Amino acid sequence: MKRRLVTGVAVGVAAALALAACGGGGTDSNTDSSTGGTAVAAFDAANGKVFNPSEKKGGTLKMAISSDWDSVDPGDTYYGLSWNLARLYTRSLTMFKVGPGKTSSELTGDLAEGLGTPSDGGKTWTYKLRQGLKYEDGTAITSKDVEYAVSRSLEKATLVNGPTYFNDFLDLKGYKGPYSSKGQDNPAIDTPDDRTIVFHLNKPFGGFDYFAQIPATAPVPAAKDTGAKYKEHVVSSGPYKFESYEAGKGFKLVRNDQWDQSTDPNRKALPDGYDVTIGANADDIDNQIIDGSLDVDIAGTGVQPAALSRVLGQPDIKERADNPLSARLNYTSINPNVPALKNIECRKAVEYAADRTTYQTAYGGPQAGGEIATGLLPPQIPGFQKLDVWSAGADNKGDLDKAKAALQACGSPNGFETNIAYRAERPKEKATAEALQQSLARVGIKLTLKPFPTGDYFALYAGKPSYRNTNNLGLMVNSWGADWNDGFGFLSQIVDGRVIRDTGGSSNLSVNIPEVNSMVDQAIAETDTAKRDALWGQIDKRVMEEAVILPGVWAKQVTVRSKNTTNVFVNDAYGQYDYLSMGVQ
Amino acid sequence: MVAYIIRRLFGAVLTLLIVSMITFGIFYLVPRWAGGTANDLASRYVGRTANPEQVAEAAHGLGLDKPFFVQYWDWLQAIFVGRDFAFGATQAHCPAPCLGYSFIGRNPVLPDILDRLPVTASLAFGAAIIWVIFGVATGVVSALKRGSIFDRAAMGIALGGVSLPIFWTGLVSLVIFSYTLHWTKPGGAYTPIEQNPGEWAYSLLLPWITLALLFSAAYARLTRAGMLETMGEDYIRTARAKGLRERTVVTKHGLRAALTPIATIFGLDVGLLMGGAVLTESTFSLPGIGKYAIDAINANDMPKVMGFVIFAAGFVVIANLIVDVVYAVIDPRVRLA
Repeated sequence: MKRRLVTGVAVGVAAALALAACGGGGTDSNTDSSTGGTAVAAFDAANGKVFNPSEKKGGTLKMAISSDWDSVDPGDTYYGLSWNLARLYTRSLTMFKVGPGKTSSELTGDLAEGLGTPSDGGKTWTYKLRQGLKYEDGTAITSKDVEYAVSRSLEKATLVNGPTYFNDFLDLKGYKGPYSSKGQDNPAIDTPDDRTIVFHLNKPFGGFDYFAQIPATAPVPAAKDTGAKYKEHVVSSGPYKFESYEAGKGFKLVRNDQWDQSTDPNRKALPDGYDVTIGANADDIDNQIIDGSLDVDIAGTGVQPAALSRVLGQPDIKERADNPLSARLNYTSINPNVPALKNIECRKAVEYAADRTTYQTAYGGPQAGGEIATGLLPPQIPGFQKLDVWSAGADNKGDLDKAKAALQACGSPNGFETNIAYRAERPKEKATAEALQQSLARVGIKLTLKPFPTGDYFALYAGKPSYRNTNNLGLMVNSWGADWNDGFGFLSQIVDGRVIRDTGGSSNLSVNIPEVNSMVDQAIAETDTAKRDALWGQIDKRVMEEAVILPGVWAKQVTVRSKNTTNVFVNDAYGQYDYLSMGVQ
Repeated sequence: MVAYIIRRLFGAVLTLLIVSMITFGIFYLVPRWAGGTANDLASRYVGRTANPEQVAEAAHGLGLDKPFFVQYWDWLQAIFVGRDFAFGATQAHCPAPCLGYSFIGRNPVLPDILDRLPVTASLAFGAAIIWVIFGVATGVVSALKRGSIFDRAAMGIALGGVSLPIFWTGLVSLVIFSYTLHWTKPGGAYTPIEQNPGEWAYSLLLPWITLALLFSAAYARLTRAGMLETMGEDYIRTARAKGLRERTVVTKHGLRAALTPIATIFGLDVGLLMGGAVLTESTFSLPGIGKYAIDAINANDMPKVMGFVIFAAGFVVIANLIVDVVYAVIDPRVRLA
């Protein structure tokens, strides 16, 4: 799992959202949400609090990554690390509050003075821009630039990588974007004056402020837009601008002297610049961070297996390492449409018999793998509640008595046979399938391992209803990461039955419950944040009760930073170090 | 001689043409035999959010829905006249000589490769000089002092050098020399020669030595075997009998004859390395052609891989040609006809 990227596609009924990948949060069950700082070096010291708080400006932060991500163009990117990093050189309408622990679970205005004002029952959203905003060349940033930026991001044939939320939710009336619909005005976005922007949606959507934090709302000057080539010359609206950009090799950011601190309460802008190297050897990156030649691996997916024992074994390195939780659930879909699992009692038997500890071991144990999951929503997502629908026993090794009782009730007291599908190129998924094969065999459930090619897993095999039902794929190993930390971002693509398509491609392999579908509609339209979060929590519980998902682990990783870094903390919104706040000594 | 070179040049072009056909076939024809459609190919280049209509539009805009031979012809003629692609409402132009256009990075392949050529060339030539000097010298001394402690030690080390993979020696030497002793630059450090020649050499020192270790081992063993054979020839005895100095006998009569096979593999090795020292560049994070190829393969960016294969094949073909010509110079017994 080098990149945080789930393969999947979008275009569903309720919301054609591409799943994504993007990173996710980090409040572990063992960290509090205090925002105080600490200067005492210790394992996990930058998770849930600020390690080495600093106001000192200057220096260059050296970042590296082993493989390139989609794009630095704010309108053409869908990687969590990219959204984290883009805040250095762009400003979107809103952003997650910058801070450790639960701080980032709230949104705040960035270009906009504050959050959006809904009207028309959540179908219209209005934002007011701050005064004195400028591009790196000194020209003023207006609401028209934001409208242009959002409009160009609709052009998926040219800018292929970004999410499709604006395509799906804006009331476009046939408008396709500034390249395809030349000379036309985007009917879904109004700019009554230079500081006001109004979005018109095709249906009520209560969480539009989350859309407004997508980098695609960062202003792009129409005159400087070169389509797919814009990534080579991104015009900065943030505290840093591009000094150089070399495709596939890296780039350098330097201070943007047109950025005005007084317009920006969220950014400290400590370093004088950033050196980003793309395509470095993954093992060498770990070594260089330990040695101090590099400061941080921006992939944020944790150290390589080669360095793991060294990082955890040497106290002087371990005290520079952290163990954040991502908003990612590794789980197994239980297919209620194969004969053996049609009866909920048989599905219950799977839930009870599964050994959660070996599931965790398959992913790398409690630190490098993750926390044993008891529901779908990871703990850092608002609306999370600790569920215990299918107790796996006090030791988490499964409750065999209950499993046998469920089998009895199902009419197959001696168990049954089915297949378990997984992605062949993913060793952790293979290990999961083997672990389940062993633990379910204890009650007579016989699993046959069925590996499939990763690239076609969702399109042709597990993701295609006709294939999975006729080929008796009873269990399918799966994994999901949120676009952002809220119930909609995490759940809508994996619990809404209407995203399942006969042609394949959806990540939802097993959940189609009419009651849940209508609960999803209700949650999407709710504009009150607290009520909406509670609704998503209820959806989580309702899905669990149907025994169509066997939760595995909420992913965690061991990350390491150099000893030169200051003001370090994990931003839960990305599940990675906050690249906006880090400084150097 | 001129006629020979011209004939060989034609052969080289024909070889490249065949290589390009086979590679193109592997990337664009074999998937079709396996049941893949133009849309399956296009789906790699449309991002994760595309719907079937968008995929079909991309397949058409990129020309993936045309018959195979038309696609090959389009690719081939683009080398001479350039080519246009359509990404929805926007156009992209790949100017001649167009060796391919990356559908993911959205840029022509050839400028990218040329941009990375200096890194690979620096790596290949620096390492080549080291391995030839050390390899041949060690081989000669070993052969002359056959059975001595030097010979045994050198051949033992050589065996190790040939056997150890570069991704192991590279990472271990980085840990020892860069991160522990701080004698050399860390991985990924590369300074262009035109910026600062001293820094250039310093930054490449460790990759050179690591790569040269692998090759000089093979060269030492080859030189030793060749020297042992030639030094036993009658004409060596004759040369000694003429009263020539031993140094002259060894260098002019012995080594020159033993060098012929060395020159052959040297040309091919350098040619191959110029096409990208994939493992070395990946281990040391050097942004060369080999790294470019690996990144392209990982990203499934077929036009890039295709361009790389042709470029690398070009180097091997040219190296072959040079070797054949140089042969005649080293060994007067070889006549070109």
